Amino acid sequence: MVEALQEHPRDPNQILIGYSRGLVVIWDLQGSRVLYHFLSSQQLENIWWQRDGRLLVSCHSDGSYCQWPVSSDAQQPEPLRSLVPYGPFPCKAITKILWLTTRQGLPFTIFQGGMPRASYGDRHCISVIHDGQQTAFDFTSRVIDFTVLTEADPAAAFDDPYALVVLAEEELVVIDLQTAGWPPVQLPYLASLHCSAITCSHHVSNIPLKLWERIIAAGSQQNAHFSTMEWPIDGGTSLTPAPPQRDLLLTGHEDGTVRFWDASGVCLRLLYKLSTVRVFLTDTDPNENLSAQGEDEWPPLRKVGSFDPYSDDPRLGIQKIFLCKYSGYLAVAGTAGQVLVLELNDEAAEQAVEQVEADLLQDQEGYRWKGHERLAARSGPVRFEPGFQPFVLVQCQPPAVVTSLALHSEWRLVAFGTSHGFGLFDHQQRRQVFVKCTLHPSDQLALEGPLSRVKSLKKSLRQSFRRMRRSRVSSRKRRPAGPPGEVQEGSAKTERPGLQNMELAPVQRKIEARSAEDSFTGFVRTLYFADTYLRDSSRHCPSLWAGTNGGTIYAFSLRVPPAERRMDEPVRAEQAKEIQLMHRAPVVGILVLDGHSVPLPEPLEVAHDLSKSPDMQGSHQLLVVSEEQFKVFTLPKVSAKLKLKLTALEGSRVRRVSVAHFGSRRAEDYGEHHLAVLTNLGDIQVVSLPLLKPQVRYSCIRREDVSGIASCVFTKYGQGFYLISPSEFERFSLSTKWLVEPRCLVDSAETKNHRPGNGAGPKKAPSRARNSGTQSDGEEKQPGLVMERALLSDERVLKEIQSTLEGDRGSLNWHSHRAAMGCSLSNGGAE
Amino acid sequence: MNRSFHKSQTLRFYDCSAVEVKSKFGAEFRRFSLDRHKPGKFEDFYKLVVHTHHISNSDVTIGYADVHGDLLPINNDDNFCKAVSSANPLLRVFIQKREEAERGSLGAGSLCRRRRALGALRDEGPRRRAHLDIGLPRDFRPVSSIIDVDLVPETHRRVRLHRHGCEKPLGFYIRDGASVRVTPHGLEKVPGIFISRMVPGGLAESTGLLAVNDEVLEVNGIEVAGKTLDQVTDMMIANSHNLIVTVKPANQRNNVVRGGRALGSSGPPSDGTAGLVGPPAPRVLQNFHPDEAESDEDNDVVIEGTLEPARPTQAPGAPAGSLSRVNGAGLAQRLQRDLALDGGLQRLLSSLRADPRHSLALPPGGVEEHGPAVTL
Repeated sequence: MVEALQEHPRDPNQILIGYSRGLVVIWDLQGSRVLYHFLSSQQLENIWWQRDGRLLVSCHSDGSYCQWPVSSDAQQPEPLRSLVPYGPFPCKAITKILWLTTRQGLPFTIFQGGMPRASYGDRHCISVIHDGQQTAFDFTSRVIDFTVLTEADPAAAFDDPYALVVLAEEELVVIDLQTAGWPPVQLPYLASLHCSAITCSHHVSNIPLKLWERIIAAGSQQNAHFSTMEWPIDGGTSLTPAPPQRDLLLTGHEDGTVRFWDASGVCLRLLYKLSTVRVFLTDTDPNENLSAQGEDEWPPLRKVGSFDPYSDDPRLGIQKIFLCKYSGYLAVAGTAGQVLVLELNDEAAEQAVEQVEADLLQDQEGYRWKGHERLAARSGPVRFEPGFQPFVLVQCQPPAVVTSLALHSEWRLVAFGTSHGFGLFDHQQRRQVFVKCTLHPSDQLALEGPLSRVKSLKKSLRQSFRRMRRSRVSSRKRRPAGPPGEVQEGSAKTERPGLQNMELAPVQRKIEARSAEDSFTGFVRTLYFADTYLRDSSRHCPSLWAGTNGGTIYAFSLRVPPAERRMDEPVRAEQAKEIQLMHRAPVVGILVLDGHSVPLPEPLEVAHDLSKSPDMQGSHQLLVVSEEQFKVFTLPKVSAKLKLKLTALEGSRVRRVSVAHFGSRRAEDYGEHHLAVLTNLGDIQVVSLPLLKPQVRYSCIRREDVSGIASCVFTKYGQGFYLISPSEFERFSLSTKWLVEPRCLVDSAETKNHRPGNGAGPKKAPSRARNSGTQSDGEEKQPGLVMERALLSDERVLKEIQSTLEGDRGSLNWHSHRAAMGCSLSNGGAE
Repeated sequence: MNRSFHKSQTLRFYDCSAVEVKSKFGAEFRRFSLDRHKPGKFEDFYKLVVHTHHISNSDVTIGYADVHGDLLPINNDDNFCKAVSSANPLLRVFIQKREEAERGSLGAGSLCRRRRALGALRDEGPRRRAHLDIGLPRDFRPVSSIIDVDLVPETHRRVRLHRHGCEKPLGFYIRDGASVRVTPHGLEKVPGIFISRMVPGGLAESTGLLAVNDEVLEVNGIEVAGKTLDQVTDMMIANSHNLIVTVKPANQRNNVVRGGRALGSSGPPSDGTAGLVGPPAPRVLQNFHPDEAESDEDNDVVIEGTLEPARPTQAPGAPAGSLSRVNGAGLAQRLQRDLALDGGLQRLLSSLRADPRHSLALPPGGVEEHGPAVTL
């Protein structure tokens, strides 16, 4: 069996054939004869031809590699040198080896695998040996392939490698081979978004330059360990104009970190990483010391890449993020009921984080929390690096997942909600203003006495597994275009035989009105600050609105002391209203419209002259969005004015709603605010304000893609992001004004001159690019697809790339790989 | 009135086991209290009532308004016990002379009906007794109806389910399935939604208008073709206050026959549907006023202005009492009548009452200014 095949680096008439049994043959294509043959005693895995063709390197299944000189004198079956780099104990196979010459004389030996079988057999390693140095780069995911960037000129005498490019299953890693210590190179795109699973995201549009620079400055100090080398892969021309504004996408992760991504352009670029772990006592700290110890251990393992799917403690997971772009205040809330308020500081600081406990059950009797414990916080001062530094930790009690979060930087207030209730915290005075328990007494009954979230968690897990199974079946039969009924039919058909084998009862759904007895009615879904007419129509005052899963809305009027007495007088809150929606659907959004029916601006927006001040003359209106209805009420006397029933008419429910500003492309200063809505069917709709008329509807996310729908975030200007896989965001735009699309050109004529590259490595790249090309074809066929998909919208460019790749398929050259790789990467991974 | 007011307040605040009783005979009110846990025998209660109202020489029937506003009889120990134990917190008792009561409609009908009945009771003019002891349709609460008989094809049935209160669940399940349709290309199997199961004792079952394997064609006028099971489920739940489903019954033998007799869309179904409403059917298909249907549209409850969050909570039961006190009997009655139109709302309020954390309780001062108001 042929295991490896290589063309002679200089003479295209010679090819090298490696057979699995250990025989290696150099074949003359013109003469159709064997020029040389070599026989090794071990199973062959791969071979490599030195740049000048005078030396062969073969690697074997026992973890050894051999060098064979190719010389015209008598057939020499003996290897020049044979060794097992990680011997003497049994080793895994070396699956690929590169032998690269340098001007200095000593070659680079780079190989994949070959680790001692017993203790390191499960590692995904690539070893680099050069000039007495040896490092085994340890990857957290399987290595798919690797290549080394070398001198491109085919006439050059030496390879002179400068960068090692490794494509692992979960990320791309580039290592600088010129700088001592072989540091990694920071990725300009294709960053591993899911280095720890993404648990939430938050988008902030139009970041002020000042904050932007401070975040970048904080981030650059974190990236000190990266190589200063310029990104070594280039090619093609970017035609994208400079992004019109600076946008940030914040992703919260399971390991308690928040990553700040530059989302202004096509590629997501990591700007800064914030870790909340330091605030808490975790088991991880001793391990850090352990890894530091192992300096002179053998094998010389070194962890590279950022993909680290193992969370130390799931309670650290970030659930909600709220950033105020004007003040630099950030609120972050997590799985174990922790709410952190952070402030941007350009200096490293050692400070104690003030801890406050918010007892959301108040004096409720008979509840017992059976979920996870709260995280133990460090008591003493903790050193924080420059960037966002926490100063207050509000710990919800019981430590249930924080389900909603709002920050008002002007009033210096942070509101948080869990499944038990919500609270308001004054982070200026570091004092709790109030807490409100939203648990319904019958919720207790529904859970049979003491509060038990465990049982329902199990139930929901079972349900989601069922859903997954179902969606897996139906997604296999997924058709790109066609009426939804047809798709359903297809999936129903595939489902039927499977289901009949598993369970006899068909899928059925109970028809029952929601009742107050349903559990989780107290779950706080949304929190909203507004300066509006809550009590009477003559005076407006700050207010906090909270909406629950059971369709209840609580409104509290707040009294925030004026700035000069802000520290002296306490913030007061008083419940002013309670609205129970009769249909009892979960409240997913609350919004106050001013006298001109324009949504109230964000805090500090007016102060920074970025928004017109709201109209306080006319009467305000309250918009409540539940999963089933949109409803406008008058203020201050709450009476229903108009509504749009979504579920009753379409059977779809609102999953996410956000106000979007739709700017005109023609008139610079004209724009309207409307609602961008994502439904549980994956449709995106625009609903007009204030008349609540559905404007357009596009199907965007597959309805089975539960995590995609759950991950969707809208921007303020009518764009949105959602996860199409754990590692990839897809970006869409509902606005004709704000489009982000990859405009690039790859010049194929120039590339013809370059020498053919080694075919083994990056073959995957072009095939991936082709995939994305055909995908966009399918997209094009969809009838009535008006929505621009930023990623795949530029058909022309994609076609061009495709034709380039297909035209050159015979003589694949390195330059075109570069381009193809860059493009497919920026398509898929980073964006 | 004033005196009894104070008395009742004392009762409510200091003796939680006491049930305040407000008894009405003609235009007269009497107030007294009973022990919630040991109400005693009906006999004694009857004597007490007769005694307090000074009714000596005629038989009377006693009724009370339950939480849904229905006027229910008290004529034995069991329902007397039930009446006392379900008083929340006030037990309203209505007394009628027996002969008058027989003309009235004790046992069914909501409070608005009762008012009419009581109005009739007040004018004491001589009246002929009705031949039949069956109440008029207006004395019954609609549960379900077949509507639009003249609009839908004979093979289909459009059923309206009125959910009243929460005592009965809607109670049915739907599933995916396939039905055979006649299309231009011949017979074709198309996916459809079917009723898969009935909850015993549920509303859907008790109407007898829906059955297992009926195909669901429309929900509140919207075709379900092309919609998924989950979508249809959500549509039905969203419309559950006033659910209208058009079905193609699996059993086609009981279809309404459109004959010479003009069957109005709202007319009571005659012989054609007789089979559907079996003799023991407890509810009557009947005339239904569309305005009432609108009234149970989802009216949200808004509770204005309230106590400080830090304020200590009061004893349970107090808030509701204060509600009726503050607004006066007339308002409270009207309020309750309004509430009776929507059982869900009523239930909500009663749940609010039971929950001291909710903010119906009033600050001790300015009752009039900041009194709670329920906007409907």
